[in-house]
Amino acid sequence: MNINLTLIGQSITFLFFVWFCHAFVWKAIRGAMEEREKQIADGLDAADRAGRDLELAQEKAGKQLREAKAEAASIIDAANKRANQIVEEAKDAARQEGDRLKAAAQAEVEQEMNRAKEALRSKVATLALAGAEKVLEASIDESAHKDMLDKLAASL
Amino acid sequence: MAAESQSTVGYIQHHLTNLTYGKLPAGYERHDAEGHVHVLEHDTWTMAHSGEEASAMGFNAIHVDSMFWSIALGFLFLVFFARVAKRAHSGVPTGVQNAVEMVIDFIDSTVKDGFHHKNAMIAPMALTIFVWIVLMNTMDLVPVDWIPAAMAKLTGDPHFFFKVVPTTDPNVTLGMGFTVFGLMIFFTIAKKGFLGFVKELTLHPFHHEKWYVNIFLIPINFALESIAWISKPISLGLRLFGNMYAGEMIFILIATMFGAGLVLGLFAGVLQWAWAVFHILVIALQAFVFMVLTIVYMAQAHQIEEEDQFH
Repeated sequence: MNINLTLIGQSITFLFFVWFCHAFVWKAIRGAMEEREKQIADGLDAADRAGRDLELAQEKAGKQLREAKAEAASIIDAANKRANQIVEEAKDAARQEGDRLKAAAQAEVEQEMNRAKEALRSKVATLALAGAEKVLEASIDESAHKDMLDKLAASL
Repeated sequence: MAAESQSTVGYIQHHLTNLTYGKLPAGYERHDAEGHVHVLEHDTWTMAHSGEEASAMGFNAIHVDSMFWSIALGFLFLVFFARVAKRAHSGVPTGVQNAVEMVIDFIDSTVKDGFHHKNAMIAPMALTIFVWIVLMNTMDLVPVDWIPAAMAKLTGDPHFFFKVVPTTDPNVTLGMGFTVFGLMIFFTIAKKGFLGFVKELTLHPFHHEKWYVNIFLIPINFALESIAWISKPISLGLRLFGNMYAGEMIFILIATMFGAGLVLGLFAGVLQWAWAVFHILVIALQAFVFMVLTIVYMAQAHQIEEEDQFH
């Protein structure tokens, strides 16, 4: 149990080991551990952020869906309106066309009637004379009765 | 028993003597194995053949066994940890890295609890102290005769001295204690300046506003503080030494019973096992105490007390 140079030897060994531990052990292992701690913290952070992002995305998706639904509804509405309009327009057009055709037909009929009347008018004098001649068995002076006959024809 | 020829006292003494290499002074009378006496003409560096020779060497000697085991175990620790450190990665740790990280985490939290200043050396120092002392103390669990007997066979000298537990050598424990003490003084001066160190020694614990009162208080303070300071490394070293020396002594005493018949031998076996189990606690506890006290002392060295700022 003598105190001797071992004391100093142990001292030097101790200091060397502390230095070695500091330089080649502690820094590397603590570095790796700290890096891992940071990675885990980052990971948790990212998970949190992802959760929030998901919520936001869901909200956005819901909003878009609602918008799309509203738009679709409005489009269908407009289409319906338009269809009704087209039908109405077609109806109107058909009615107008019908009216026009009817008017044209009536005009034609009237025209034909007038023409027939004219033809009748032009022939009535002759027919009346011929009839009268037959009735009277006598010749009638055409020129003498022309005025009367014209009046008759005009009154038709 | 190691050898039939040895008495119990001789056996115990043999187990408590270090393998010493040192300088024998000129004129020293050496007794060799046959009983012849040689008188040394010059100072001689040589292996001590007995406890008396080792004592005669005085301070100029080194305990080869203590240094060998202390350095070997320190290297074992550092090589193992450095290998892990080299491969350390921030991914999922496995196996050895996990175990090493557990130790490092334990040391780190202990240091953070007790030391709140900026100094990157303290934590590695705490780690070194803890693991190294645990390893050195663990040598106590190796049955006391195994390694000395193996060395005696190996060297052919039946009286070959070989102590295997470095922490049962006061040189080793006090060497570490005084190194911690030196670091305390170094960090105190580095942190507070030489004047701060002197103030710490002279203006505590008694202090008075009037300078002429202080003059009388300074010598008292210095005496008290000196004792407080010097007691730290000594208590640090001797606490570890005392615990391990006592434990080793009991192992040796138990071992003396192995030669005393079958019944006593079996009883000694049970005793040795029981003491070893108990000693595991001492091994870890003493290493932990040494580490915590070192951390506390280092924290004190870095602590700038508020009182000092008034001067």
